[in-house]
Amino acid sequence: MDGLAFVGLHDAEAWAARAAASRPVAAAPAPAAPRTGGTVRFEGVSKTYQSAGGEVRALEDISLAVPAGAIVGIIGRSGAGKSSLLRTVNRLEEPTSGRVLIDGEPIAGLGTDGLVALRRRIGMIFQHFNLLSAKTVRQNVALPLRVAGVDRAETARRVEEALRLVGLEGKADSYPSRLSGGQKQRVGIARALVSDPEILLCDEATSALDPETTLSILGLLRDINRRLGLTIILITHEMSVIREICSEVVVLEAGRVAETGPVWRVFGAPEHPATRALLAPLTRALPEDLAGRVTPHPVPGAWALLRIALAGREAPDLSALVAAAGGPVRLLQAEIDRIQGHAVGRMLVAAERPEAEARLRAIGLNVEGIGHVAADD
Amino acid sequence: MSPQMIDRLWQAAFDTLFMVGVSASVAVTAGIPLALFLVTSGATGIFPAPRANRAVGIVVNGFRAVPFIVLLVALIPFTRLVVGTTIGVWAAIVPLAVSATPFFARIAEVSLREVDPGLIEAAQSIGCRRRHILLHVLLPEALPGIVGGLTITLVSMIGASAVAGAVGAGGLGDVAIRYGYQRFDTTVMTVVIAILIALVCLVQFAGDSAVRRLRAR
Repeated sequence: MDGLAFVGLHDAEAWAARAAASRPVAAAPAPAAPRTGGTVRFEGVSKTYQSAGGEVRALEDISLAVPAGAIVGIIGRSGAGKSSLLRTVNRLEEPTSGRVLIDGEPIAGLGTDGLVALRRRIGMIFQHFNLLSAKTVRQNVALPLRVAGVDRAETARRVEEALRLVGLEGKADSYPSRLSGGQKQRVGIARALVSDPEILLCDEATSALDPETTLSILGLLRDINRRLGLTIILITHEMSVIREICSEVVVLEAGRVAETGPVWRVFGAPEHPATRALLAPLTRALPEDLAGRVTPHPVPGAWALLRIALAGREAPDLSALVAAAGGPVRLLQAEIDRIQGHAVGRMLVAAERPEAEARLRAIGLNVEGIGHVAADD
Repeated sequence: MSPQMIDRLWQAAFDTLFMVGVSASVAVTAGIPLALFLVTSGATGIFPAPRANRAVGIVVNGFRAVPFIVLLVALIPFTRLVVGTTIGVWAAIVPLAVSATPFFARIAEVSLREVDPGLIEAAQSIGCRRRHILLHVLLPEALPGIVGGLTITLVSMIGASAVAGAVGAGGLGDVAIRYGYQRFDTTVMTVVIAILIALVCLVQFAGDSAVRRLRAR
């Protein structure tokens, strides 16, 4: 790297290696040749809009590197700037300052021909699908090839292939209005993939879909990433989407990068308040019956209420935990997930001995004291 | 009615259809590019030219503001320049076309503006050039609205063509005035009105069913 200060960023190679390692092992034959194209770099990207109420700073000094073949999720509340950031990649949005590089080439200077050629290497899918209602599924998927001047036979062959990939062979002659939301998004994906891009941009691609359809679309994206090796950058406001398919996550807050890292780390040990807020829907609150009885200071006979955050290669060793606590420990709540080969989750325990908190910390656990609660008898 | 009168009515109906048909063809040919220009040349459009956009907008409004009977007279020098005469069917076609073009362009403009900007964005993202966006996105997506607008334009042109008698162009309106009104021939008046109603219904029905077919996709 050339001495650029990447915000909270790890080395791109290491990221790629991790992304590769975290991808589930394919049962099918491995992709023919690993791609080298499809890297994206943001260098100090800022975007300022002029509005009636003055300047709006949508993006401020964003620097990130996305390696080829990764699935990177950009998450943030609405208005955090995720959409603006995503759209600088195919120049649907121009940064006010800073630059975006694709495979090392800055894209800002491209003329019309260069930009059209670049966009043919970058597929994009949208929250509301954006299919042409006056064209059939086949014509929608064929459009990128048609405007690129690809001949009829080749177009027909590639359209068939793309429709097969998304599982819509039978719907080629339907109009989009006859399709369900999930089918429409599959058409969107086929249209984005038909020109064989190296990068796929997903703009809230599952936000208009029900949970079951969301899972099937995310499964399709993961499958495509594995089979075609293309880089996927997706934006979402749902952490569950990130957990489902991403290798790396970037948390945006008010136009800045709040936090970035591998998904297991950000889920298991979120550092920024914005990340915690986004994780809130996925984490359990303190049970109501306990919440009412918690006192901040120890009272005689009360048990210490401890929350233990887990994010590591090793799943928690319960015997070590009990031994360290030095007395009775009750497990009140627990949710442990495996993300990218890491145990990620949280436990809520009550320990009888007041010194348990310090002792658990001493064996390397991430412990947060919630308070004290009298044993209910 | 005398056989002559029946002949006259046939001729009048033919003249009306001819005048409306030719000027509507001109209105579509000129109005659609005009509408595309008005939609795409705004400051945030795909062919931004805000000054030209404003100027053309003012000209269009100017033509829309002038009543047809006034336009017919005011355009006489222009009509002579274009068709070489100021009398007869062709002399009526010029002002009819000039008045219908901005009318139709404004209606088509509304339909084009209603095309979801997300579709234009999607087209850009798949490598469409601007002309592809006109051809594959704006026009096909706005087509049902444009056809609906053409129906409205045709109906109002059938009405406007009644004034064409003022330049001796004939047509149904002219027969109604000269025979039905000035010679108190109620039968002729009734027949002309019936033909006009039938004509308008036919245009409206054809337009509506075309729009329905386009929207059914």
